[in-house]
Amino acid sequence: MSEKTESKAKNNAARPPSFWRRFGMQFGIWGVGIAMWLVFVVTASEAFTSKDIYLAFASSTPLFALMAIPLTLIVITGEIDLSFPSVMALATATFAKIYSGTGNIWLGFLGALIVGTLAGYFNGWLVTYFAIPSLVITIGTGFLFRGIELAWMNGTGVGLTDKELSGVANLLVGRSFFGIANQFWWAVVATIILWFVLNRTQFGAHVFLTGDNKTSAQLMGVNVSRVKRRTFAIMGFFAAFAGLVASFEVSYFWPTLGEGLLMNSIASVFLGGTSVFGGIGTVTGTFVGSFIIGAINAGIVASGINAFYTQVFFGLVIILSVIMQAVISKRIKR
Amino acid sequence: MSSNAPVIQLKNVSKTFGEVRSLSEVNLEIYPGEIVGLLGDNGAGKSTLVKTIMGFHKPDEGGEIWFKGEKITDWSVAKARDLGIETIYQERALCELQPIWRNMFMGREIKNKIGRLDVKKMKSEATRLMSEHMGFTSTAVHPDNAVLTMSGGEKQGVAITRALYFDAELVILDEPTVGLSLSETKKTLDFVQNIKKSGRSAIFIDHNIFHIYPAVDRMIVLDRGKVAGNYKKSEITMDELIESMYRVARTGSIKE
Ligand SMILES: Nc1ncnc2c1ncn2[C@@H]1O[C@H](COP(=O)(O)OP(=O)(O)OP(=O)(O)O)[C@@H](O)[C@H]1O
Ligand SMILES: [Mg+2]
Repeated sequence: MSEKTESKAKNNAARPPSFWRRFGMQFGIWGVGIAMWLVFVVTASEAFTSKDIYLAFASSTPLFALMAIPLTLIVITGEIDLSFPSVMALATATFAKIYSGTGNIWLGFLGALIVGTLAGYFNGWLVTYFAIPSLVITIGTGFLFRGIELAWMNGTGVGLTDKELSGVANLLVGRSFFGIANQFWWAVVATIILWFVLNRTQFGAHVFLTGDNKTSAQLMGVNVSRVKRRTFAIMGFFAAFAGLVASFEVSYFWPTLGEGLLMNSIASVFLGGTSVFGGIGTVTGTFVGSFIIGAINAGIVASGINAFYTQVFFGLVIILSVIMQAVISKRIKR
Repeated sequence: MSSNAPVIQLKNVSKTFGEVRSLSEVNLEIYPGEIVGLLGDNGAGKSTLVKTIMGFHKPDEGGEIWFKGEKITDWSVAKARDLGIETIYQERALCELQPIWRNMFMGREIKNKIGRLDVKKMKSEATRLMSEHMGFTSTAVHPDNAVLTMSGGEKQGVAITRALYFDAELVILDEPTVGLSLSETKKTLDFVQNIKKSGRSAIFIDHNIFHIYPAVDRMIVLDRGKVAGNYKKSEITMDELIESMYRVARTGSIKE
């Protein structure tokens, strides 16, 4: 009680949350990004002062940014999805099958998005209905979806070079304004849409509440299971879309599509300041985080460092960003 | 649906957690305009009763919840709140990493016709409520501040204000005064009086009989999950009540 009166007296001249408290995490991310960029500009100045490398970022980074952005919502609720690379492949296989069967591009497109969304929803259902940790169950569904896709495709790829496909290919991965790849704009659109969903809809508010304190949210009438299922469904939808983008980018559907994108996506989310403990996160942070990860990929190669060191860098970036989160959240609590 | 039907009525409600039976065939009704005190030892089942009324716990098979003379089948917290029941939970039910405004409107966010959240309005309302209702000076409690950074009493202020904002027909207060300063406690007790004056109902849980007795019309004593006593205030003096509470604790029976 005495502590309370004291803190009230102190607070009387009080104020909105401090600048550091509100934006510390965002500045941390930008700081890391700018520091890395400077390192690369110095160590690989030739590559990093030409615009080609930036155009290359704009075409390669969105392939995982498009999944890191929706993954942010899942991580805010306190869950994780490890199966989305397989969802990419399963959904794109659906497109390939429907297209080769009916010749209807848009039917294939729609089919892919539906299959992706359902696969995501299935993850969410398993997680909420059986109360299984998503970290474990999505390893299982990852194998399941991949296995179904491989069996369905008989392990073979499909070329996406038909003339009829050039329209959709252009829309997804064509080049516009100064040669910037369209998938960059798709990643921007995804960020804007999911920013709105997260910050300006009731569902978004419930995403934060679910990850912050599940029981409190339930006591106040938030249907946390439904919230989680929906975040997984959104993830599936975007994974399907990203699968089509990634396949059209190389004009070929590889049955192994998605392999190698998992760690990039997860690293982007954490580097972007989304809390590993849930309840806190931004999609804009993830967007920036993705490009930092993309720059690390490219920068290491361009600096002439042995590419094996990419993993070392990634490891350090993830560990440091998570430590930074822990330190900042301690500061907030004090 | 007559106007004097109970706001809420429990028929034969039991609640079992594994081996633990927290509520045992509870029957009770709360009438419009009535303030009911709920008394009982630690672990008597008061909070469990509250959460069952709110739809957080589902009663065991056979238990029924009636709202204004109608049997409710698919009860949930969201539905209970829609129908006008608000609760200040004993554990406060806050999401501490979130700003005050998000906590204030948790589960009942203000949105416009197309479903877009009105964040500006929620922030200004949160500021207004915290300063007008709780007397927290508006600069001290900024709506963007995380609840985590507030004092214990201020946090409770958020939970209390939240329950009063929506003009509920039935307000349930589960030990709202614990940890509050003298003046904050008085304000909370005044709220209970205001609920009564405006013709609404309340269930008031507090271990302090000096808080309960003056505030309520009727008292229900719970003991080990069972209703052990039900008194109109006119039927019992405060001393008799205290005496019978001790007796219940000792013997498990309200009668000598
Ligand atoms: N979720 C739960 N799971 C298992 N047992 C529970 C649960 N909630 C409550 N109980 C048990 O039910 C009994 C009644 O608890 P409850 O919280 O309702 O008591 P109370 O009357 O509110 O006590 P207090 O005055 O201490 O707040 C206790 O024995 C408790 O251990
Ligand atoms: Mg209790």
